[in-house]
Amino acid sequence: MSKTTRRNFLRTMIAASGLVAVSLLGYIPIVKGWVKRLRPPGALLEKDFLASCIKCGQCVQVCPVEAIKITDIDDGFGVGIPFIEPRLQACDFSCDGLQCVLACPTGALTHHINYPHQARMATAVLARPDKCLAMHGKGFKGLARGADFEGTLRYDEIDRWNPLPVAEHEYDLEICDLCVRQCPIEIRIAQCDAGNPPAGDPNQCPPEHAIQLVPTGDGKFTPEIMAGCVGCGVCEMICPTEPGVIVMDESGRGVMA
Amino acid sequence: MKNLMQSFAVLFGKDPVKAEQSAMTKRTIAEHQRKTEIRGRELSLHIKAERKKKFNSPQKWRRKRWISIIVVNLLFVLSYRLDLQLVEGALTASRFVGFHMADLNSALQITLAFKQIVINLVIGVVTVFIVWWLLGGRTFCSWICPYHLLSEWAELIHLKLSPKFSWIKHHDFDRKARAVLWLVFAVLAYVTGYTVYETISPTGILSRALVYGPSVILLWVVALLVFEVFYSRRFWCRYACPIGLTYGLVGATAPLKIKHDLRKCFNDGACRKVCLVPHVLHSTKKGAAVKLNTELGADCTRCGRCIDVCPTGALSFKFKVGK
Repeated sequence: MSKTTRRNFLRTMIAASGLVAVSLLGYIPIVKGWVKRLRPPGALLEKDFLASCIKCGQCVQVCPVEAIKITDIDDGFGVGIPFIEPRLQACDFSCDGLQCVLACPTGALTHHINYPHQARMATAVLARPDKCLAMHGKGFKGLARGADFEGTLRYDEIDRWNPLPVAEHEYDLEICDLCVRQCPIEIRIAQCDAGNPPAGDPNQCPPEHAIQLVPTGDGKFTPEIMAGCVGCGVCEMICPTEPGVIVMDESGRGVMA
Repeated sequence: MKNLMQSFAVLFGKDPVKAEQSAMTKRTIAEHQRKTEIRGRELSLHIKAERKKKFNSPQKWRRKRWISIIVVNLLFVLSYRLDLQLVEGALTASRFVGFHMADLNSALQITLAFKQIVINLVIGVVTVFIVWWLLGGRTFCSWICPYHLLSEWAELIHLKLSPKFSWIKHHDFDRKARAVLWLVFAVLAYVTGYTVYETISPTGILSRALVYGPSVILLWVVALLVFEVFYSRRFWCRYACPIGLTYGLVGATAPLKIKHDLRKCFNDGACRKVCLVPHVLHSTKKGAAVKLNTELGADCTRCGRCIDVCPTGALSFKFKVGK
């Protein structure tokens, strides 16, 4: 082996192992569990989701409320994969038909689910119950998240087809029940009970309740999360206290492959 | 068949070997002989005379190609930003007016990591496979891939700077690295269950950044470009990118090829100086061509740079199905 070929070989070994080493740095955030992400509806269990997502972002493109974003370098191997920050913009299922699921070319968002109530993105958790207005027997008047809030929601009674800015919708409630009132599952149950299932399709009717206010006496109420909760994050987004009372716990959530 | 095996061997990093005269046709030997008789001043007159016949602009194919890369990637961006809905998604997977398209290397990565055949992906993979088989595999690299364009610009900067600063020198690597990396990333996807390569793929990173907005991971692409400017021009595309190897394999028998005509070639060597993969231009070396007409090997990206710079018009595109 001549001196130049030996140098060339060494240089190649160093560069190739360097590239593999850099790519494997992506393991660290996964192993350390640095990031916990709320995934779009229909997402497989986290490990399978990361394996099967082809990182094309087609789900991002079809979401009518632009809830889905793409992860960055801090997610390691998970870079370029869709996630939702519900406090900023939750998935409110205003597409009804789960557009992100239909757009997914790999089934990382599994095509086994067809309706919002079949999603299992997370479970809502009362993280700061002491802040909850209803638990103090208080009402709520005004804009849920202030005038600068950019999030949108579908307000069926105003516009069936276009999500509207939360900042344009004033509330005046004797007891704050925003988390129940805006819950997409509870809205669907109410519509079905009234004989008007979404899109006229009875399959859209959720079989179980997701959240309700339970009276605890003295005009106070506690939000109770129930088995029908899909973890869409609307209650986290709409909660008017700062920081919000409810957060999404996505651990162990997702659909089996 | 022998040619194809050789083409694969070179694709995997083997250096092309000079053929014995016994492997050549009589006419080829005669042509080589004719060239040895033209020397010195007479040779330069010959090249000059041929150059006059050639009316190609020296940037013709490069210009077309740059437009192609920019237009294709712009279509991805505008399809989302302006809701044109022509090509939705990114280069890893997309819908072209509704039809599924999937990048072959990305599809391979997720199949190995997920360990399931994704039925939806089959359509996209087959479509893309047929397209790039027809157009010549690595044509993807030089006509579509956004990193290729940045890398070409980095190369131009390198060529500008290197004569001025003695410490900016090009360094060669062993081309077998790419085949090894391809295998390593395939194994890593299977063993870890994560699409490890996608984490550092500049093609995917750039495509997503264009469509969905900039991200911190772009710094990795910047680092690669800096490395190429100061240390090794076209490092990624030449020695590392597994996508390039995947498409190289797909396009090995493509109908669209670049052809080298020995009769017009005066072994000037201009083509090999500009080529990303000069080993495919082995037949342009003195006495190396085995046939009068040689089709360039599987690693060729059909970028047309060699056609642009060849002073005597010895290289040209050709589209032909079968022998």
